[in-house]
Amino acid sequence: MTSGIEKAFKKLKKENKKAFIPYIMAGDPSLEKTRDIVLMFEECGADIVELGVPFTDPIADGPTIQRASERALKAGVTLKKVIAFVKELRKSTQIPIVLMTYYNPVFKYGEEIFIKDAKDAGVDGVIVPDLPPDEGEEFIQQSMKAGLSAIFLLAPTSTVGRIKKVVKASKGFIYYVTITGVTGAALLLDSSIETLVSEIRKYTDKPIAVGFGVSTPEEASAVAKVSDGVIVGSAIVRRLHESPDELRNYLISLREAINGLV
Amino acid sequence: MPETLIPALKELEEAFLRSKKDKEFQGELSYLQKTYIGRPTPLYFAKRFTEYLGGAKVYLKREDLAHTGAHKINNALAQALLAKKMGKKRVIAETGAGQHGVATATGAALFGLKCEIYMGTEDMQRQALNVFRMRLLGAKVTEVPVGSKTLKDAINEALRDWTTNVHTTHYVLGTVFGPHPFPVMVRDFQSIIGKETRRQILDGEGRLPDYLVACVGGGSNAIGLFYEFLDEDIHMIGVEAGGRGIETGEHAARFAGGSIGVFQGCKTYLLQDEDGNVLGTHSVSAGLDYAAIGPEHPYLKDKGRINYTYATDDEALSAFELLSNTEGIIPALESAHALAEVVKLAPKLSQEKIIIVNLSGRGDKDVQHVAKIKGIEL
Repeated sequence: MTSGIEKAFKKLKKENKKAFIPYIMAGDPSLEKTRDIVLMFEECGADIVELGVPFTDPIADGPTIQRASERALKAGVTLKKVIAFVKELRKSTQIPIVLMTYYNPVFKYGEEIFIKDAKDAGVDGVIVPDLPPDEGEEFIQQSMKAGLSAIFLLAPTSTVGRIKKVVKASKGFIYYVTITGVTGAALLLDSSIETLVSEIRKYTDKPIAVGFGVSTPEEASAVAKVSDGVIVGSAIVRRLHESPDELRNYLISLREAINGLV
Repeated sequence: MPETLIPALKELEEAFLRSKKDKEFQGELSYLQKTYIGRPTPLYFAKRFTEYLGGAKVYLKREDLAHTGAHKINNALAQALLAKKMGKKRVIAETGAGQHGVATATGAALFGLKCEIYMGTEDMQRQALNVFRMRLLGAKVTEVPVGSKTLKDAINEALRDWTTNVHTTHYVLGTVFGPHPFPVMVRDFQSIIGKETRRQILDGEGRLPDYLVACVGGGSNAIGLFYEFLDEDIHMIGVEAGGRGIETGEHAARFAGGSIGVFQGCKTYLLQDEDGNVLGTHSVSAGLDYAAIGPEHPYLKDKGRINYTYATDDEALSAFELLSNTEGIIPALESAHALAEVVKLAPKLSQEKIIIVNLSGRGDKDVQHVAKIKGIEL
């Protein structure tokens, strides 16, 4: 079974293009607003949307997404509500959606039922940043059975052993974290990203999308050149709150940069 | 745990296992335990406290007399030494009551390592004295103003720092919590408490005790005392923070009010809501004010090996004053929770029975906070 994510990457490959994957925290500041933003992402040329699920203790996130998470929790948003939200959203858009959720909400929901509910609602993939594949064997198997892409992360610290394990477990794409650090930290644009992405390529044909710290169109362009897709999170969340009027133009500039038009 | 940290955890596990067989490491640690920490700490028969309670004999394991004033130094010093052997230039730590922060800052000063301590805003206010101590010791104390602004948020922030600076930094986790190898390693470094206690009670009484009592936040002082005696016929009681009472929801009694979850790198009992978000906690003692518990405790509870109960803020405060008055020993508010259980337990037992309670820390750090609660201006 080819997932929505795999289809998207296949199409991009044919067109010789790279994926633009913007992130938004669901329910920041409300689910109605999130719906508008997801549709705006699509209008501005996003290929896949990453939808954050709020959690009280987001250890992989920097201050921008921590605050977004706090706002969404304050608005009463939970994993259950995000799944219902995606179901509703499917009436308006078919863009592939990846949830980014920490593990404890999934554990509390029940892995198996979570995977079923998410899939039924129209979710295409799931990223659990605090669940390494070693601890997620059940999760991987059940996701595979349900046709939900479980996406795992690699980092600059990953050894060859880790790379082999993660590329084997990952479906849809592999999420390469550009920096040792949390989301929204400063990106160091040097040759190391290219070196490490090519290292990962030795072990897999699956698409590799790159995220954490990508903020400017210049950075997006540089990262797109050496990978299959660019994930932008904190910089979008920040703009949504500090200068919402600029968000649309910013998204367009990222899309163009990823297309190599900058 | 985030993927970025997995190799670091592996590296740490290997270094820890090597250190166990490394005679030089063990020799240096044992020398510092004796000459720097001041071990063995005394096992003291609390005669007037015992007479006041009118039941079992109560002994105090005086971890409050260890250098820096709590058991935390046993682990922090050993981990700082390990960090130095691993070639790390910098150590970081979380702290709640401030004792682990002070102990880590002390270890860093001793070995010439850079040190940064994360502490929740609320804890910085109620443990202001320890904040100043850490700074005196040359550590940078960084405020964590997010979430519940207490220990769990300090751990989150320390994990973020470690993720960012993993190449140069060792994270000195302060309790038997978090991802492997921390729960095992911290237990190993704290188990000296129980080993000394066995020798000391055999010397003093010619037999082992009937009860062991310790407070449980993350659970390192309790495991440190209990581990040595798990195979013996001894009752063991862990005392959690009952805060303003379980029914109020304002507490940190994970067994009384929590359920199983996966949090900060381990599967354990957790105070959480039905959606898996972690609940805010309350305790008069910053060191017990934490939503989760070290994973070995649920294991030992489910096996029926250790019983867990809780003491409320009021019970702990009253035990805090009672020990001060009867023995001239001001206990840490954390340890006062264990004492509160002894206050309930000892009178029910005959005078032949022996209770050993881990006096895990001294109360100097809490004096200001207690005065404030009593409405006294200092």
